[in-house]
Amino acid sequence: MTSAHAAAVKAALPAIEISGLNKWYGNLQVLHDVNLSVAQGERMVICGPSGSGKSTLIRTVNALEGFQDGEIKVAGIRLTRDQAVVEEIRRRVGMVFQQFNLFPHLTVLENCALPLRLVRGLSPAEARARAMHYLSKVRIPEQATKYPAQLSGGQQQRVAIARAVAMQPEVMLFDEPTSALDPEMVKEVLDVMVALADEGMTMAVVTHEMGFARQVADRVIFMDAGRIIEQGPPSTFFSAPKSDRTRAFLQQVLH
Amino acid sequence: MHYKDNIDYPPMLTRPVVFVPLLSAIFAGLWWFQSGDGAFGRLVRGLAPVAEGNPLNLVTAACVTALVGFNIFVVMRLPLRQQVWLVWGELAALILLFFYSFDLSFAFIQRKIGFLITQGLLTTLYISAASIAIATVLALMGAIAKLSSNGIAQGIAHFYTSLFRGLPLLMQIYMIYLGLPQLGYVVDAVPTGIAALSLCYGAYMTEIFRAGIESIPRGQWEAARALGMRPVAVMTRIILPQSMRVIIPPTGNQFISMLKDSSLVSVVGVWELMYLARTQGQTEFRHIEMMVTASLIYWLMSIVLELLQKRIETHFNKAATR
Ligand SMILES: Nc1ncnc2c1ncn2[C@@H]1O[C@H](COP(=O)(O)OP(=O)(O)OP(=O)(O)O)[C@@H](O)[C@H]1O
Ligand SMILES: [Mg+2]
Repeated sequence: MTSAHAAAVKAALPAIEISGLNKWYGNLQVLHDVNLSVAQGERMVICGPSGSGKSTLIRTVNALEGFQDGEIKVAGIRLTRDQAVVEEIRRRVGMVFQQFNLFPHLTVLENCALPLRLVRGLSPAEARARAMHYLSKVRIPEQATKYPAQLSGGQQQRVAIARAVAMQPEVMLFDEPTSALDPEMVKEVLDVMVALADEGMTMAVVTHEMGFARQVADRVIFMDAGRIIEQGPPSTFFSAPKSDRTRAFLQQVLH
Repeated sequence: MHYKDNIDYPPMLTRPVVFVPLLSAIFAGLWWFQSGDGAFGRLVRGLAPVAEGNPLNLVTAACVTALVGFNIFVVMRLPLRQQVWLVWGELAALILLFFYSFDLSFAFIQRKIGFLITQGLLTTLYISAASIAIATVLALMGAIAKLSSNGIAQGIAHFYTSLFRGLPLLMQIYMIYLGLPQLGYVVDAVPTGIAALSLCYGAYMTEIFRAGIESIPRGQWEAARALGMRPVAVMTRIILPQSMRVIIPPTGNQFISMLKDSSLVSVVGVWELMYLARTQGQTEFRHIEMMVTASLIYWLMSIVLELLQKRIETHFNKAATR
């Protein structure tokens, strides 16, 4: 992290600000008093064992999950259950899922262009042009007329990234974007994410790809049982983890 | 056999273990039921003098079995599509021959068919088309209501499907035609028919639509919402187009079935196809002529719906089959 970048990170309004967040599924508390602030331009990686609440946490940010207690702000806007507020926040936050969730009845190009028309109000021609631009950035413009089922997993995930980024969000959320991929396709997706980070996109990434965390992250968060246990820059997080649980987890994923 | 395997199985019907028992069963069945007494027997006697009774039964059964065997032998040598069409055509010819054997008066049919079509068929088509359109809208609303988080909407939708799937269609027609006037609202016969058919089929189709919508994985909703799409856009652009693959085949069934159930509205005096078929034949005791004619018209309309269903299915399967 360059010092200029660090200064820019400090100066602006946080992209995401979460305070005192608690969430229950029935009697099961899955988030315990989570406090977390993601600065503009910051790249944050969230890791932790299965069931620790990583997905739940990032999915509360764009209201795919509700919560009972606490506060979430995106670019200064406080998330409520109001439709206008939620839609405003969803327009500012892009999301990439583990299972890609491309629309199977639309071609790759339509997958990217349809939301641009419906949500951003672009004309069909503008939407197609912008969609093609972002498909080129993830290096699959030649697949534009194909249907998702005709693509490999890695290609599908890159389309999903292009679809989300084409909306020009302020923040991108990734929920284990490479976990459903065959090993040889992980790199092509991570490369696209690294390129996105290099352009200064604010990113919150749930992943077990510790190489990616080392290379890209400004900060690594470790969660366990619904709590943030430890956080820090990758240099100290990986070399000198403070908590036993973090150490145990890192031993498993790094082996 | 949706996914073609890459094995050349010997066709079933060319295997002796299949065709020997099959032809034996046909032969035995024909013999057992004394086919010589009926039309086949008459046919055989027309070709050669065979004594009545057992010899005739034997010869008839043997002839028909041989004919079936020869037919299989020929058909098996054709390419798949031609096999399908040829068999379809042969069966259709048999059914028509069956009707022909009723000794129908074609002069009478010729005299009446014009009216049957201009009055009966048009009324049936009009009632069915209007009902199909309204039922589709009702079904969509019913399904969305059932899946909504609005208690009032859910309550109405559940009651609606329960009542209109539960009551006999005939009763629904009477309720509207004879019951509503009790409240001071008189409904004409044709609107009654359309209302009853729409409500009844809308109730069945509500369940089809609901199941179709529910068949779409949660991730599709989440992706569309995360992109900021509005509820109506999520439904019409993402969910429904995908549900169509599940919705259309059973809906096609419903439409074909509705076409024929539209004949029930004749009880309130609508001059639709079935009503005319029954009344036109009465004066000259030519019931069968009119019934056969009406039946064939219904069948033709069903075939048109079948073809339409097939086209729409192909359209919505586009992405899946590529
Ligand atoms: N819809 C739900 N209903 C009830 N419990 C749920 C639901 N979704 C998640 N949970 C529970 O919430 C907890 C946190 O789940 P979450 O999916 O956020 O974990 P995660 O850290 O993303 O795990 P993974 O690495 O397996 O994806 C788990 O105990 C899970 O069983
Ligand atoms: Mg998860």
